[in-house]
Amino acid sequence: MNLSKASALALLLMSASVLQGCWEAPPMESEQVGFRGVAMWQTTNPDNTDPLVALNQVPVALPATPDSPGAPLAKDVYQNVQVLGELSVGEFARTMASITQWVSPEQGCAYCHQGANFAADDLYTKVVSRRMMQMTQTINSTYSDHVKETGVTCYTCHRGKNVPEYIWFEDKGPRHAKGMAANNYKQNNVAPKAGYTSMLSDPLTPYLVGEPQKIRIAHENALPLKGQNNNESMQALEQTWSLMMHMSDSLGVNCTYCHNTRNFASWEQSPPARVTAWHGLQMVPAINNDYMVPLQPVYPDHRLGQLDDAPKAACNTCHQGVNKPMYGVSMLDDYPVWRAPLNDEGAVVVPDYSDAPEYLDPNNPEPSAVLVEPEDTKVASSSATEVEANVVQ
Amino acid sequence: MPEYQNIFTQVQVHGHGEMGIPIGNQTRNRAGKPVFSWLLGLLGNAQLGPIYLGATGTFSVIFGFIAFEIIGLNMLASVNWDPVQFVRQLFWLALEPPPPGSGLSIPPMAQGGWWLLAGFFLTMSILLWWLRTYLRAKALNMGYHIPWAFGAAIWLYLVLGFIRPLLMGDWGEAVPFGIFPHLDWTAAFSMRYGNLFYNPFHMLSIVFLYGSAVLFGMHAATILAVGRYGGEREIEQITDRGTATERASLFWRWTMGFNATMESIHRWAWWFAILTPITGGIGILLTGTVVDNWYMWGVKHGIAPSYPEVYVPSIDPTLGGAN
Repeated sequence: MNLSKASALALLLMSASVLQGCWEAPPMESEQVGFRGVAMWQTTNPDNTDPLVALNQVPVALPATPDSPGAPLAKDVYQNVQVLGELSVGEFARTMASITQWVSPEQGCAYCHQGANFAADDLYTKVVSRRMMQMTQTINSTYSDHVKETGVTCYTCHRGKNVPEYIWFEDKGPRHAKGMAANNYKQNNVAPKAGYTSMLSDPLTPYLVGEPQKIRIAHENALPLKGQNNNESMQALEQTWSLMMHMSDSLGVNCTYCHNTRNFASWEQSPPARVTAWHGLQMVPAINNDYMVPLQPVYPDHRLGQLDDAPKAACNTCHQGVNKPMYGVSMLDDYPVWRAPLNDEGAVVVPDYSDAPEYLDPNNPEPSAVLVEPEDTKVASSSATEVEANVVQ
Repeated sequence: MPEYQNIFTQVQVHGHGEMGIPIGNQTRNRAGKPVFSWLLGLLGNAQLGPIYLGATGTFSVIFGFIAFEIIGLNMLASVNWDPVQFVRQLFWLALEPPPPGSGLSIPPMAQGGWWLLAGFFLTMSILLWWLRTYLRAKALNMGYHIPWAFGAAIWLYLVLGFIRPLLMGDWGEAVPFGIFPHLDWTAAFSMRYGNLFYNPFHMLSIVFLYGSAVLFGMHAATILAVGRYGGEREIEQITDRGTATERASLFWRWTMGFNATMESIHRWAWWFAILTPITGGIGILLTGTVVDNWYMWGVKHGIAPSYPEVYVPSIDPTLGGAN
């Protein structure tokens, strides 16, 4: 009888400890964002706020170059300056120094410029960064409906890292038995990209690259209409929902940041942020298609995904957990160069890199074979262990 | 005197096993010698067994096991037969119905065939178990309240997985087998059809569901509270009202002016319970077949209020000629 009581107690303790692992500890902070009584709240965990604040500080801008009319332009002094040639030499140097600070603070200039000839395009990083500069200018000039007056710079995504923390690749999906086993349609596994739900394991490929899939699934008519596809599926809706989980996760916001959830589809009842987000969903596929994907032949293998696809941008690439990157502080006043393309070349036409030469890699990784322990050493070490074991016996 | 404030039952009867009343020649179907368990006695009767399965029970268990295996093995296949991942991701795994748009045809095994087969065996298992509850109630000369209540739950199950997909003409409309996936499906169903909260049958179902919980709580509390006067002998007190009944009745007349009787409270509870899935099933059945957006339906019929604006209303960006 005592044994039974003890086992009942143990069971209780075990279930309590399991539950303990499933939740974020209170208190949460919530802010009312809609009319009272309609459950429009933004909920945040103050424990998570401090790291986000630290991550989203704008770096100190380098001192502005003195305005000297008549100073020589970069394109007149340097060779092969395709994007920033209209800058004065001083501003050009300042911009280059800032990019170094934002993207390759450890490697310095050498991350993109090999050897003494800074004009040479022999490193893949230089080719990529040129295209990224054009992308930044395009985003700020063409997609101001999304980035507003705040705009973006290299730092919005890079944050001092060579490769932005949040890039994505197409997903093979989890390993799945073949043959007769039931298909699970790329869902029904833990999906980190969809907020750890059981929905689409890769909600980004259908919506953020190529021709984006349809997002609006629910109809706005009370009764089924003739001639309408009345079989829009729950599966299609779940795919939209997976994308929304990515957005919610990327921005650190609830559904109610953009929707009145009594009717997700209704624009009239939606907070203004939804329109901004809509423009973001136009912008991201466009920059992936025009800037990210075409660079695929330029990258070394270790920068590509498991399906050999180029790294791509999603919502979290810039947002990194907050609704406005850098909490909405603009860097464009200090760096007006990023507001718009300085010349007409290159920004519009997507370059064709398909027969690009083999570029050098500043990371110069050892050939991957070296990372694998050679077969014979393994054999040698295991037999050595055996010998030792024999000695002990 | 027993205490009734405890979550566990305080009175456990241990003795010779109670084999039950003899019914014709069917006593031979009761298998096993009764055993007593202290842990079981905390929750209910300490006696376990004898057990009666009969043909319906036996086949129900077999069919249920087949369905369980089809679902479980397909989940295991979905993590490439990795037992560790099977345990870690169990709540995420599922057996999906045929993909949307495949109609009511018999699909290939990998594209919903297994789902159809699992659904068939699970349904057979449930229907046989229903038959078993009916036959056992009949054998004991009981009323059929239990089978009909179980039948109400089966109605909701059949609407979700069979009747509504038939009406929509597509197996893809059905629910996947899986813990989180079926919950995701439920929320997606609501969003696809414009918020199920505006579906009046969903409202009724919620009323009966929450009402069931309230009634259950009120009744259980009342009976436990008059336990010291023999209040748990409810059935005798329907006709032979004792001080327990009088005190309980007076309590509710004092506090809400009206009281159930020892009989009526059980009728309330039964109807609330069975109306939960019956109304819920009607609500599901009307969704997509008769109504496409319940929120818009609610607006049309004046049940969805509008609220004062606290931000400038948004305008659909696609209305300006953008795509």
